[in-house]
Formats: sequence, structure tokens, C-alpha cells
Amino acid sequence: MKLRVPSFSILNGKSWKFTHDTLFQIFLGVISIISVIVLAALLLRELIKGSWPALSTFGLEFLFSTAWNPVTGEFGALPFIYGTIVSSMLALLIGVPLSLGIAVYLTEIASSRVRAILSPVVELLAAIPSVIIGLWGIFVLAPFVREHLAPPLMNYLGFLPLFKGPAYGYSVLTAGLVLAIMIIPIISSVSREAILAVPSLQKEGALALGATRFETIISVVLPYAKGAIFGAVMLGLGRAIGETMAVTMVIGNNPQIFTSLLHPGYTMAAVIANEFTEATDDVYLAALIEIGLVLFAISMVVNIIARVITWKYLKLEEGLS
Amino acid sequence: MGNKIEVLDLNAGFGSTHVLKNISINIPKNRVTAIIGPSGCGKSTFVRCLNRIHELVPSAWVNGRVLLDGKNIYDSDVDPVDIRRRVGMVFQKPNPFPAMSIYDNIAYGPKIHGMKAKLDEIVEDSLRKAALWDEVKHRLKDSPLSLSGGQQQRLCIARALAVEPEVILFDEPCSALDPVATAKIEDLILELKENYTIVIVTHNMQQAARIADFTAFFLMGELIEYGETAQIFENPRDKRTEDYITGRFG
Ligand SMILES: Nc1ncnc2c1ncn2[C@@H]1O[C@H](COP(=O)(O)OP(=O)(O)OP(=O)(O)O)[C@@H](O)[C@H]1O
Ligand SMILES: [Mg+2]
Repeated sequence: MKLRVPSFSILNGKSWKFTHDTLFQIFLGVISIISVIVLAALLLRELIKGSWPALSTFGLEFLFSTAWNPVTGEFGALPFIYGTIVSSMLALLIGVPLSLGIAVYLTEIASSRVRAILSPVVELLAAIPSVIIGLWGIFVLAPFVREHLAPPLMNYLGFLPLFKGPAYGYSVLTAGLVLAIMIIPIISSVSREAILAVPSLQKEGALALGATRFETIISVVLPYAKGAIFGAVMLGLGRAIGETMAVTMVIGNNPQIFTSLLHPGYTMAAVIANEFTEATDDVYLAALIEIGLVLFAISMVVNIIARVITWKYLKLEEGLS
Repeated sequence: MGNKIEVLDLNAGFGSTHVLKNISINIPKNRVTAIIGPSGCGKSTFVRCLNRIHELVPSAWVNGRVLLDGKNIYDSDVDPVDIRRRVGMVFQKPNPFPAMSIYDNIAYGPKIHGMKAKLDEIVEDSLRKAALWDEVKHRLKDSPLSLSGGQQQRLCIARALAVEPEVILFDEPCSALDPVATAKIEDLILELKENYTIVIVTHNMQQAARIADFTAFFLMGELIEYGETAQIFENPRDKRTEDYITGRFG
């Protein structure tokens, strides 16, 4: 994969020279920037307009309140923000090491036959509709978590608040596992491209010093590709934060904050999808839209951080050639 | 003085391409041996067979014997990782590790071989031997990419020296460098032969004449002529060698 920083090179070489190419480039650049900004602004306007009743009633308090009671008209987003962050982090914690393992195995270790069979299979995971994964979560994963995964966790790690019982099948842990499975295809395939793009000269440089294949992968290949791998992880995080269907099917949909991962929770995307049709009064509806606004903002921030860091690494890599 | 490396009937290639054909050659200890020949004749493939880097290409194959101090490096009881530590290599294009500092580039090899004590000394010593110490001693923590191409290549030489190899293979180490940087590397190679056995692939005939004690001429995967450098350049026995060094082809 070759991520490229968009460049608007008006200066070709040393002299100012407008060619047709550069004019065309500027034209396309301006068009795309304008359309993106306009689109984002329209979306933002709509979200702010829709959430205005809630924004004006609760103010900043909305972000820090844990109350969610449509009957009494009290609304706070914290349980959903918390659930989204915890389930996404859990997904990364489980999904990133697995994805990197898969990527390294497929690029550096597997024979070409195994690779030819296995890599499409991993990528096919991405094509499974999330509602199907959600069904699998309900029928297979949730019972498995309740009966086989949670008991040992409670036994050995129960002294940590994170693993306190009782265990529910529909829980933040189950959601984290489902999300991990859903982000593995994207993270592993982008990382695989990044690892493939590491010049063989780099690998041979380490091997020629007497490094083993394993040492070469850990200390030379992965660090060389870390910028793009970081980008892959951020893509996965974006997916996890925004994922709605599969999560709402397994997380238990309980707007409360429990420190235990074995308890049910709720996420921003899930509550919007679940309660939108039931939201009959204005403030309720506005509160849901405001959660959408927060989700939008968090996704933007994650993406911007990802971009900034990948740019930094790309510059570093360009210095090499 | 004996032979550090003896190559006997070496054949190598990629898939159905037969690159090296029955190469037999003795490489003397503490001398500089140059490999010359037209592009594509198998020079790189040859030196890469001497440290078992060749076999890392998926389709690559090799047979024949390469004796390092009398022991065949292709015997089944030999660990290629150990051979690669003993036979170091400097590549055509400088290939420092960009994610590591200058210091860590040098320290990396010693670290993986468990030479963790006196790391500072090893780093300074290697950089001095590669004539780079004075230029980088104040910026050891900087990225190697902040160095010029010639400095980067000397860094790679220092990196190879740090694992205390016995033989160093240079595959066109100067082809990406300007004349000043090239002269520095050549001086360095002449100093290094005191303690190391050196094999250098080069396209530059003057370079071979300046620094090599022995020169081998390869053509289409065969060793055409091998002898003392002066003899090869002044008095070639084979017509094809003469044609090549006088620039009539290649
Ligand atoms: N990875 C590879 N796969 C298949 N064939 C290869 C590979 N690398 C090299 N070859 C072939 O092997 C032959 C010898 O290549 P080699 O790199 O050893 O030549 P060389 O003498 O070093 O050339 P140059 O002076 O251009 O570096 C060439 O015909 C080349 O096409
Ligand atoms: Mg070559």
C-alpha cells in the first residue's frame, strides 16, 4: 500500500511554472476540498439543528451525566460514551495482536500455498454482514462467554473490578470480542500490505548481521512499517466506534456504567439505532441526535489523529529514498 | 596466509534460471578479492552464496560446496544464522534501519548476539574503524536518515563490523556515492584487510585495480579468469577478459 500525502505542487522544480498539469491539479484539489468541507458543514448543521432542544436544555452537563430516563426527561450521554470507548479499546486490545500475527504469518512465514488459501478467507470475514455476526454473537458467543469464558476470568482475575461477577452473556466483553472479529480483516489486510512494502534490502540488512527471521520481523520489519500499521489500527478503531448492529445485538443495551466488563453496557451507535423510532418527544429525539453529534466529533478526532501521525511517518519513510 | 574461503563446483540459480555454473575459486585470507564482470553475469548471486543470503529468495537454489575455514557452510549441521554473523555484507544501496538511531543501528547486531556488555565501546570502536566516529559522535541519537549517502554507507560498514565478522562482502558499495565518498570507502577497505578477508563486487575497473589483491572475472555465470590483480589487468590470459577490461564489451 502506498499512502500518499496529497501534494499541491505549484512549484515544479525550482522555477514558478504553471503547466496544464499543475492547473488541473489545483482545480481538482480545490473542488475536492470544497466538496468535503461543504458536506461536513451540512452534516454538522443538521446535527446541531436537530440536537438544539437538548443542547440548550442540558448544555455541557449532557456529556457528563449518567442519567438516561426518557420518562422523567433526564438525558446524559456518559454511559454511551463510556461503552463505546471501552468496547472499542477492548476490540483493539484483542484484535490488534491477532491481526498483526495474521499479517506477519501470511507475509513472512506461511508457504505460498497456505497464503493463497488463507488470505482470501481472512478478507472474506469483512464481507459478512454485521447482522449475521450479531446473530452468531447471540447464539454462540454470548453463551460461550457466560459459561466458559467468564467463570475462569472471575476465578482468577475476580479481584479486579473489571472482572467482577455475576457474569452476563450480553456484556461489554462480548461486544469487544465481536468487534475484535470485525476489525481483524481490515487491520490485518492493511498491515499485510505495509509489511509487503518493506524493502527486502531492509530485511537482508538485518539477516546479514546474523539476525534470525523472528528478530528481523520484530526489530526491523514491523518498526519500518509502523506508520502504515498505525494507520491500519486507526481504521479498525474507526470501524469499531461506528459499528452499530452487531454491537447492539450482544452488548445488553443497558444505559448504566459498570466497571465490570462482564456486565451489560450500551454504545452511542447502538442507542441511536435502538431508540430513534421510540423517541416521541422533542427533547428525547434531540438527545439522541446530540449523541450522534458526539459520535461524529469523536470519529473526526480519531481520524485526524490518525492522519497526522501517518503523515509524520510517511515523511520519515520518504527521507530514505 | 591460507585460503579463508574455498568454493568448489558451485552452481546456483532461481527456478529454471541457471545463474552460476561450476564456480571454483579460492579466496585468500586478509586480502581483497574483487569480482568484476558485465551486468547480470551473477556477481551478486555469487557473493550472496558466500553468506547464505541467496537462499532467502523463494525460488533460489544452490548446490556445490563453500568451505569457510575448511568447513562446508552448506552442511546440514551448519546454522545459516551463524554463517551470516561470521560473513558480513555491505549492500549496493545504503540500508540503515530508519526506525533506529545511529547508535542503535550499530548496537543492534551485538545486542542480538548477546554482546550486551561494553555496548558503548563496541559502538565507538566500530564507528572509528569505519572512519565515521568524528562525524557522528555528537549525534548518536539522531536518525540515520540525517546522514549523507556516503555517511550512511559507512554506517552500514560500521554496523557490519560491530558483530565481529571474519569476512566482509561488499556488493558494489560505492555505486550510489560520489568520488569523494568513494575514495573514503576505498581507503577504509584497504585498512580493513589487515583484520578481515574482503570480497568486493565492482563495476569500476579502476577501483578493482586500486584496492584488490586478486581479481576474478565472471561472464554469463562462469568464472573466466582469476589471478593477481596486476596480472588480470596488464596481462590477461583470456581474450574475453581482455575485451572486457579494455572496454570492448559489457
Ligand atoms: N530474485 C531473482 N529472481 C530471478 N532471477 C534473478 C533474481 N535476481 C537475479 N536474477 C537473475 O540472475 C542473474 C544474475 O543476477 P545478479 O544480480 O547476480 O547479477 P550481477 O552480476 O550482480 O549484475 P549487476 O552487475 O547488474 O548487479 C540475472 O540474469 C538476473 O536476471
Ligand atoms: Mg549485482
